[in-house]
Amino acid sequence: MAFLNEDIAIVGVGTTDFAAQYKERDPSRTSYSLGIDALKQALDDSGLELSDIDGLLCSRMPSYERIGDLVNLRHVRVVNGYEGSGRMAGVVIQHAAALIAAGLATTVACIYGNNGRSAAMTYGGAGAGTPDHLYYDLAYGMTSPGAYVGMMYQRYASIYGAPDGALAPLAISNRKNAALNPIAVMKEQITEEEYLAARYIADPLRLYDYCMINDGGAAIIVTTKERAKNLKKRPVLISASASSGDLTNFYTKPDFFDEASRFVADKVYAQSGLTPDQMDCVQIYDNFTPIMLFSLESFGFAPRGEGWQWIRDGRIELNGEMPINTSGGHTAEGYMQGWALQIEAVRQLRGEAGARQVSDCEIAQYICVSPIVTSHILRRG
Amino acid sequence: MTTEYTKPFPPITDLNRPYFEAGAEGVIKLQSCNSCGNIWFPAAEHCPRCLEQDYEWKPMSGRATLWSWVVMHQVYFKSFKDDVPYVVAFVQLEEGPFMMSTVTGVDREALKRDMPLRATFVPAKEGSWLPVFEPAA
Ligand SMILES: [Zn+2]
Repeated sequence: MAFLNEDIAIVGVGTTDFAAQYKERDPSRTSYSLGIDALKQALDDSGLELSDIDGLLCSRMPSYERIGDLVNLRHVRVVNGYEGSGRMAGVVIQHAAALIAAGLATTVACIYGNNGRSAAMTYGGAGAGTPDHLYYDLAYGMTSPGAYVGMMYQRYASIYGAPDGALAPLAISNRKNAALNPIAVMKEQITEEEYLAARYIADPLRLYDYCMINDGGAAIIVTTKERAKNLKKRPVLISASASSGDLTNFYTKPDFFDEASRFVADKVYAQSGLTPDQMDCVQIYDNFTPIMLFSLESFGFAPRGEGWQWIRDGRIELNGEMPINTSGGHTAEGYMQGWALQIEAVRQLRGEAGARQVSDCEIAQYICVSPIVTSHILRRG
Repeated sequence: MTTEYTKPFPPITDLNRPYFEAGAEGVIKLQSCNSCGNIWFPAAEHCPRCLEQDYEWKPMSGRATLWSWVVMHQVYFKSFKDDVPYVVAFVQLEEGPFMMSTVTGVDREALKRDMPLRATFVPAKEGSWLPVFEPAA
């Protein structure tokens, strides 16, 4: 069995209702409980029982021991807890597939639970446990991933002539897609004028360039293609998956993550034998809108420096040439840190995306450009 | 009379003290590897290139270029509440390493990509100094 030969499949997915959780803002709801809700859905979705699960990979829940106990998975054959950062979403699915391909497990439950909003967490500032090396930046009031991305975009815009408002189509398109997604948090539509009138967070980035902080859970069940044959839903096959670190002291990368991203792009397109224009939709990790431009350019959808022009005139919208972030992405559906984007790819490939369904969706790509760049190409089985 | 320094600041350790005290001499000092010549920032116990621990603190030229910047509007720290909107700059030292800092003595509308800068120093916490940059003449 090989990891890269469409021998591994995604057979179950689950998400909680992000819109409902945003409204409730229930501080008693733990990340475990949100993750377990999603797992229950993913099990129902796949037709698998808890007893079929022999691998458990979780993220953003404090303890894998605790989650193992809470879902009565005592003797899973592979188990790990991944840090609660968004870059891990693609890593976890990739590791699940690789562990299955290596024969260490057969059916792996990947679970994510995030109670960041109700627990009033922020992405920025300092507190107990802030590592010493970050204080060099904090001393100047520098904090939050968005500000590091803002620095890259300031330079990008200056080099490639992107005018003020060049990012607006990304934020607007995400909102349009969210309106068609029942569980999306931010369904209100925005205009370019509203985008431009919104306050700056870290100039050149404004409010609508930022992902939100919200609560929710997501779960993805991965198994072999063989095992997938007798399950409830048509499997989604992992045609390709690759990753690369881009590890430096700063989230601001002098090449906008290009070298790491191109390495991953070359791998997944070579593994799958596909090219960017063959994707039916793309789900791009959009913690901040400029990352979508960097992703599109480094993965070969748009020429370097032209991503901001490429995304205009509806090209990335649902009925456009290349639908992107069809669920509304991190700025409109919710910030499930890449997990829900991967699930959206699965739902599109199964034809389960309702009003936002991309017609005849057979091939979808997930891209996460971050200090761990990951990408998968998924195919309808 | 001394006023309390309220902004975030690294704990001063034997490792990083030479960096934060060098401002008193008007220079940026960084670790330089005696084995391979590498220069790095921020302070670390090993040379990231050859992993040796044999280094000395060497003065840098203070010349740098402005790679990019943001104007921070969000208040993430109470201690910066009266400073917003403020400039944070990502600068590259002539010797290679990047660092976060700020640019003073210039309107933020006048900031330009790759503009030449030179280091100057502001007093910080308890005998420490922070390098900041101003446009090179
Ligand atoms: Zn060395």
